[in-house]
Amino acid sequence: MISKTAEQLSEEAKQLIVEYISRIDDMKPKERTHIPPQEMPSQNPHERIRNLDEVALGYTLEQARIEAMRCLQCVKKNCVEDCPVKIDIPRFIDHVAHEDFENAASVIKEASLLPAICGRVCPQEVQCQQNCTVGKALKDIDKAVAIGRLERFIADWERSTGKISVPEIKPGTGKKVAVVGSGPAGLVVAADCRREGHHVTVFEAFHKLGGVLRYGIPEFRLPNNIIDREIETLSAMGVEFKTNFVVGKTRKLIDLMDKDGYDAIFIGTGAGLPLFMNIEGENLVGVFSANEYLTRTNLMRAFEKGKADTPIYPSKNVAVLGGGNVAMDSARMAKRLGAENVYVVYRRTEVEMPARKEEVEHAKEEGIEFYFLQNAKRILGDEKGRVNSMECLRYELGEPDSSGRRRPVVIPNSEFILEVDTVIVAIGNSSNPLISQTTPEINVNKWGNILVDENQKTSVDKIFAGGDIVLGAATVILAMGEGRRAAAAINKMLVEEFEKEKVTVN
Amino acid sequence: MSKILFRQQLSKDVFLMKLHAPLIAEERSAGQFIILQVDEDYGERIPLTIADADLSEGSITIIFQVVGKSTLTLSLLKEGEEIPALVGPLGKPTHIENFGTVVCVGGGIGVAPLHPIAQALKKAGNNVITIIGARTKELIILEDKMKAIADEFILCTDDGSYGRKALVTEPLKEICERSPKPNMVIAIGPPIMMKFCSETTRPYEVFTQVSLNTIMVDGTGMCGGCRVNVGNEVKFVCVDGPEFDGHKVNFDNMISRLNSYKEFERTMHQCYLEQQIQQKEAVR
Repeated sequence: MISKTAEQLSEEAKQLIVEYISRIDDMKPKERTHIPPQEMPSQNPHERIRNLDEVALGYTLEQARIEAMRCLQCVKKNCVEDCPVKIDIPRFIDHVAHEDFENAASVIKEASLLPAICGRVCPQEVQCQQNCTVGKALKDIDKAVAIGRLERFIADWERSTGKISVPEIKPGTGKKVAVVGSGPAGLVVAADCRREGHHVTVFEAFHKLGGVLRYGIPEFRLPNNIIDREIETLSAMGVEFKTNFVVGKTRKLIDLMDKDGYDAIFIGTGAGLPLFMNIEGENLVGVFSANEYLTRTNLMRAFEKGKADTPIYPSKNVAVLGGGNVAMDSARMAKRLGAENVYVVYRRTEVEMPARKEEVEHAKEEGIEFYFLQNAKRILGDEKGRVNSMECLRYELGEPDSSGRRRPVVIPNSEFILEVDTVIVAIGNSSNPLISQTTPEINVNKWGNILVDENQKTSVDKIFAGGDIVLGAATVILAMGEGRRAAAAINKMLVEEFEKEKVTVN
Repeated sequence: MSKILFRQQLSKDVFLMKLHAPLIAEERSAGQFIILQVDEDYGERIPLTIADADLSEGSITIIFQVVGKSTLTLSLLKEGEEIPALVGPLGKPTHIENFGTVVCVGGGIGVAPLHPIAQALKKAGNNVITIIGARTKELIILEDKMKAIADEFILCTDDGSYGRKALVTEPLKEICERSPKPNMVIAIGPPIMMKFCSETTRPYEVFTQVSLNTIMVDGTGMCGGCRVNVGNEVKFVCVDGPEFDGHKVNFDNMISRLNSYKEFERTMHQCYLEQQIQQKEAVR
């Protein structure tokens, strides 16, 4: 499919505006569903595989308004129900249609402080857009109202106009909250607790803030300046950030309470040790976890060859194992680093792939080859211990397994050799062991994920947890949802303490 | 940010620095390491063992060898200047108890991380036999400090320019043959030295602990770059180590992994040196 240029899309939208604007408030649902869905303008694939600039360029003003007019303003809001942070979607979209972007922004901000990020990285097709009435009516989920793109449009509009408002902060309570990890879960907790007037310190192990948003998600999907701006807002609210600080090592978790006087702690340490396949050859030179590959390029800037001191392996033929967003990010990054051939090897079919649909489409446009129903059997190396090929097996789909997806079954004697010099393993993570090694009082499951109750509270009083350290590898928005729940519980606890203390003093 | 309180050149390419890091100084134990960066945007993360700490001045001591661009840049920093990023203490501390007789073997720069461990072992009541070695005399470091805590002290150089002309494995073998044999060996140095120390003690069944310095990015259990094969299991040096049973470590795999970026490192270093020379000439 040849995409239209941004200019073409914008021109078309301008014409549509003329057609619909007079009837904006009295179109019948049928008429609305006939408005053409707006395509996301994107960078030309041939150019973008040579840079790290964002692939999706964002709607133009006219496109956003046209797309917003497609919304039926349903009474029963399926989209809101399916949103982990419950943004009032039809209400903000109505403001977009009427070109009242400022109010659209405030509706979103009631529920989410990080719309520029969510608009870009949420898997909308399995959340808000999944049960959109428009998509249902047109019998095509791809034709649902593009809620994520509209959210992004509003966030970007707000940023470009410099109208980002710093949320109001309640008077100081004197209570202190420690947030461990500056990823999506931690940032939400920081914002929500700070708003209630508590002092908040965010501890980050790395030298830069943002957690997985920074080290994991590449800039072609989520530019760093967007993360920077979200964090600037938090700083402006008075949240304190401490980088190069590994809680559990630089300071024990318990000491944060006992010695440093924190009244509550939120653990959002994120993904931990990368999982490998446990196959022969996985420690050969040229085999990387996706975490390592992406951290080198994103956080350590290895993409900027000649400038960055952190090296990246020179690859010609790359196999990426896995079918999630991290696999897509790794494959597309390898291409941008100059690999000639990049293969995504996935043991199920495209339908079962957990990656965002848009990322899979973008990967295909960029020339990434998909090898479905195949999987690595072993990785082979030369006499120097460097990868030179991978032996694979073919699969077919059998009966559904516990996840409801059809289980891939190996086809006997189907071995074949794939010539590769690099293998990137993107099959998920287990948990980070640092907190549990040094704080054994916190109960974890057999995979090391922290166990929490319905308020995200751990087995230790005043200590909460959320995000990947609880969920295993999940998504940015689910981490934010957990952060929101934890912050609510922390705020409730601290306000009660605060009120009690006031009574005692009086 | 961490201020350089003290800087000293120990030998041609080896430097000692005391860095202001009060929290790390308070929490660290023998065997642990830090990661530092000489540039927050483009700098590499360099893992270095903590050689010592001083609680009164809130400092930690690092000893490092110039091997590439990053360590060269670090070595050129002066007292009073700041290290932009420093994090730690990372890794598990060395398990210290009274084992009986412990042989501490240090090769080259490996004597630096060995020193706090030998010190702690001595304090715990062990009989400490120390062997330190290097290619040549000028690469020997911390001789006096190691001597001061050793019950028995052996120094050797490969070329015989100082002490006994031998590889460290020679005296190690002799000690293993004694009766009673030592209770434990701790070997820290270049991978190839640790490999051969482990091979030396294997027939005598003397438990041999090695401290691995693999490629690392985050150092906190996220990237998996530091993985090694130990007893046919994948272990992560940053969170499971850095110390492992030398008889179980697959050193050949570890050594080939350490060489992953050799070509890159060589060019980076070369470019950097040429740049420095050009700058100096421009000043002239």
